[in-house]
Amino acid sequence: MTDYLLIDGLEKRFTSHGRAAFKDITFSVRQGEFVALIGPSGCGKSTLLHIMAGLSEPTAGSVKLDGTAIDGPRSEMMFVFQQYTKSIFPWKTVIKNVLLGVKYQSAASRESLEKLCLEHLELVGLGRYPHYYPYQLSGGMQQRVAIARALTRRPKLLLMDEPFSALDAMMRVELQDLLLKLWADLGLTVVFVTHDLDEALYVAQRVIMLSASPGTIAENVEVPFAYPRRQIETRSEPAYLKLRERLYRNMVEQVMAGRAETP
Amino acid sequence: MNPKLQTILRESRMTGVILIMLLLLAWQLSAMYLFTSPTWPTVTRIFEAWFENIVDGTLARHLLATLWRQMLGYGLAVVVGIALGLAMGYYRVLYNLFEPLVEVLRPIPGPAYLPVLVLFVGIGHEMKVVLILVASLFPILLNTYSGVRSIDPVQFDTARTLGLTTLQTFRELVIPAASPQILTGMRISLAISLILAVLGEMIVSNDGLGYFVLLAQRTFKVPDMYAGIFTLALFGYVLNRLFLLIEGRLVRWHHESSGRN
Repeated sequence: MTDYLLIDGLEKRFTSHGRAAFKDITFSVRQGEFVALIGPSGCGKSTLLHIMAGLSEPTAGSVKLDGTAIDGPRSEMMFVFQQYTKSIFPWKTVIKNVLLGVKYQSAASRESLEKLCLEHLELVGLGRYPHYYPYQLSGGMQQRVAIARALTRRPKLLLMDEPFSALDAMMRVELQDLLLKLWADLGLTVVFVTHDLDEALYVAQRVIMLSASPGTIAENVEVPFAYPRRQIETRSEPAYLKLRERLYRNMVEQVMAGRAETP
Repeated sequence: MNPKLQTILRESRMTGVILIMLLLLAWQLSAMYLFTSPTWPTVTRIFEAWFENIVDGTLARHLLATLWRQMLGYGLAVVVGIALGLAMGYYRVLYNLFEPLVEVLRPIPGPAYLPVLVLFVGIGHEMKVVLILVASLFPILLNTYSGVRSIDPVQFDTARTLGLTTLQTFRELVIPAASPQILTGMRISLAISLILAVLGEMIVSNDGLGYFVLLAQRTFKVPDMYAGIFTLALFGYVLNRLFLLIEGRLVRWHHESSGRN
């Protein structure tokens, strides 16, 4: 199978202190695949995702999407930020936030665009809230708006930066299942950054674990559970628990190694 | 204490209004019985003078003259302040270029520009407009660029991933995000513009409320002088109220979102 997204020898050094956030990052993502990127805080996983999105420049290496190098944001990939209170503009209603994703990109009439946005709001379960302001919605609902806005662009690749980490546990579970459903229905490719191992194992087909800084790839493992996954059953399968234990051990080692290095 | 009275004291501004009434009453009584002097006329005499000047159109003429030059200077300050502030806030190069200059000019009190302006612009209408413009510019300028500079990077990243051009980013993100702070600057400058308008009129003018008040004092029409000051108080109050009303509508999202988080 051909590689859809190719990350080749990526390195990011911070200009201020010259220290590398990560180096020698090489992996690829197949079309339609769901990959989770996980690692201890400070390993640069979020920076890595920003570079993949074209929002930041690497100091070495390259990212290729569908054969061409990424040098800026592209319309076939959409980004979902952790800080939904910022990413969703508080001065716009829900529908206007979603419209912002398409109104400058499409020559279609305002009515048909609004219809398109409304369809996507229904897809994320917000069909009844188009004229609400973000401050009238819960955190989970606000992040749904961000997902709807991303999907209205009909992206092929969804880059998600800890999208659910600011939500409470109940909401997170709900949105994980919603995301898996959308992924299956729409044939998306997803790269999902999280610091939560359980979340990574539950949603992804493959988990890539970065080591503590400077980050390198510590693990790149398939998660062999069939979809649709179930919150209780999947998380209590013996194979799941075994994989979780192994990765968890590795993660603790990474964190400890990271601690030892910091003066 | 009576709980009902307590609620009124806490919830209603009625007590503040009553205090004003009481102060006016004290004024009235003191002018009648305590200091019977032409410099301290009774409140009723002032209201009489006020009424006369309203009826014969004198106050309206002077009020309009003040409003006109104030709005001209203020309007120009709004346009220049917001345009320059947006550019300085967005483009780092422009910020680095102009910010030290702004910091140097900003502490100069508005009236200090007056002698310079008289030399360059003369003593006419233009001088007063420019004086108002210069003094009201800085609060708007400062608030605009600091509003733009405090926009979260995530919001700019969002605009980039959505493929917005610079112009679209200004329209959809920069201006609305900075609008609460821009409006704060505009409100501060509104008060400043009235002060400078009245000051300019007191220095050299033949119309406007500042001129009216000073002329009344010089011609010993003391009740007229107080009537002019009352007019200024009322005028300033109405302007601020109107501004708050419009501001509340424009940035309701801001008050609501910051109230909850």
